[in-house]
Amino acid sequence: MSKIKVTGSQIKKSRGEKIFEIVVYAIATVFCIYCLFPFAIILGSSFETEANFATYGFPIIPKDFTLTAYKLVLGDGQIFRAYGVTIFTTVAGTLFSMFLTITMAYPLSLKKVKFRNVITFFVYFTMLFGGGLVPTYLLITKNLNMKNNIFVLIIPVAFSAWNMFLMRNFFNGIPHELSESAYMDGANDFQILWKIILPVSVPGIATLSLFYALGYWNQWFNAMLYLEDNRLFPLQYLLMRMLRNMDAMKEMARTTGMASGEVPANSLRMATTVVAIGPIVLLYPYVQRFFTSGLTVGAIKG
Amino acid sequence: MKKGKTTGMGADRSGERLGLKGGLSELWKNRLLYLMTVPSIIWVAVFCYYPMYGILIAFKKFSYKEGIWGSPWAGLENFRFLFNYNGVGRIFFNTIFLNVLFLISTTLLSIVLALVFVEIKNKVYNKIVQTIAIFPHFVSWTVVAMFMSGIIGSSGIITRWVMEAGGEDPLFYNTPGWWPLILVLLRIWQGAGYGTIVYVAAITGFDQEMYEAAKVDGATRLQQITRITLPLLKTTAIMLTIMGIGKIFNGDFGMIYALVGDNAGLYPTTDVIDTFVYRALRQLNNLGMSTATSLFQSVVGLILVFTTNAVTKKIEPDAAIF
Repeated sequence: MSKIKVTGSQIKKSRGEKIFEIVVYAIATVFCIYCLFPFAIILGSSFETEANFATYGFPIIPKDFTLTAYKLVLGDGQIFRAYGVTIFTTVAGTLFSMFLTITMAYPLSLKKVKFRNVITFFVYFTMLFGGGLVPTYLLITKNLNMKNNIFVLIIPVAFSAWNMFLMRNFFNGIPHELSESAYMDGANDFQILWKIILPVSVPGIATLSLFYALGYWNQWFNAMLYLEDNRLFPLQYLLMRMLRNMDAMKEMARTTGMASGEVPANSLRMATTVVAIGPIVLLYPYVQRFFTSGLTVGAIKG
Repeated sequence: MKKGKTTGMGADRSGERLGLKGGLSELWKNRLLYLMTVPSIIWVAVFCYYPMYGILIAFKKFSYKEGIWGSPWAGLENFRFLFNYNGVGRIFFNTIFLNVLFLISTTLLSIVLALVFVEIKNKVYNKIVQTIAIFPHFVSWTVVAMFMSGIIGSSGIITRWVMEAGGEDPLFYNTPGWWPLILVLLRIWQGAGYGTIVYVAAITGFDQEMYEAAKVDGATRLQQITRITLPLLKTTAIMLTIMGIGKIFNGDFGMIYALVGDNAGLYPTTDVIDTFVYRALRQLNNLGMSTATSLFQSVVGLILVFTTNAVTKKIEPDAAIF
């Protein structure tokens, strides 16, 4: 008797649980479709024949499949160049950023560095207050004379106080005993940082490098402010210009020897977008865990 | 570890008690470590502190020829000009209004999604779903602007749907009324999944015994959420919201400018302080007013951060920033 009762309640419960389960899976699935929908349009439209855009609009599945836009992207000198600029700034920038970040974060993580609170405040204050756009603009254009210089995409954005404190939090988690015996053996601070601390900080370094690299890959603001020479444009700014003015598209057509009327504007834009986010899409599944850990290992606090 | 997470300002003042002689000997003793910090200190001095000197422009009638110091003083003229500027109230309103909408929508959705994610017991599906949901955060706003032209542009997919369903052309790029909604939907797209990371971490950190006990008492999974998880998440949510309020006066330039650009027809609902500062520099070429606006924004922002931090300290001392 009692056994039947239990089974009955279990059936009743499992029905409720089933609805709960369906709702949970439905919400997750709908949100994922919402997230993927724009990418489907980008990808689908990049393979569409240009004439179809005016009649059928942007497709998710192209009506007349063509690779014209991609041939243009690969044949276009400017897009290729922009890709080179973006890769250069991302690699060189990330290295430089990590150099600045680690050399600041490591001393600030050591208790024996007595002035660390002073330096910490010096850096922390910049997170609360700053000069703003105009003074920075004047500094870069007038004092530093960095207009039309590719390093304007790296140097003014090289250091992030937020990332530095994140790195310091990673260093804080390393046990002191590791470096102590090296001190006894007469190693200096540079050697200890290089040979002992950095090898055990690989997850932290990977996380911060990815944060910086993503910032460099996606930046366009400094290009818009300080660059006029189109040979220096990074990919993201090129995208912005392709979106905003037809002239930029015509300019591109010229470099490929195509009459300006024939430029497949819409599919070319989307194909360039695919090329711009391609590397992120391909790398992302492998590095996602680093982004997640970066946020959860003491990221909430400065 | 907790202590190490805070910036530790004022926690120990050993550095200040050393005196000149002690200070010099400290510098010498750890000279290599101090040497290491020099490149970053120079960077911060040049790119963060030197521009603070440029704030003087807010009180000057700036001319490129005379430079910052040489330009004649203008008192509060730039501020007077700013506050008399047609539409300045709208700009302040838009900044706060959009940020409030963003904060509410992403917080609510992040919590709902986090609750959903931890309930998906199928490991593979769970991983796929979280990976997809977080990904949009890593895409730049220029890419978003690009696909938006394919969604709500004149040949855009949604524009087509509306017209095929017999509706009028919604003219998204000419109708400012649509944009708070469009921006909120995009902010959710971009940030709600990413926002789940903190909440999922918090939920998985909760004491599992409570849930076991609830199960024994016959609580359904929905009851476990409403009676255990949500009350426990309250602190995290409140903290993140308060920190969000501290940034409520900062418009998202990257987002707004990439999507709206110089489309003046959309300014009534999309123009924010940061896009205005940019425009004052590049289009109006009024450096004094641009700087005055930034300064006003920074000061209000600073007050907000200190206020929200004081509030945080009262509610949850551990979460306070300083």
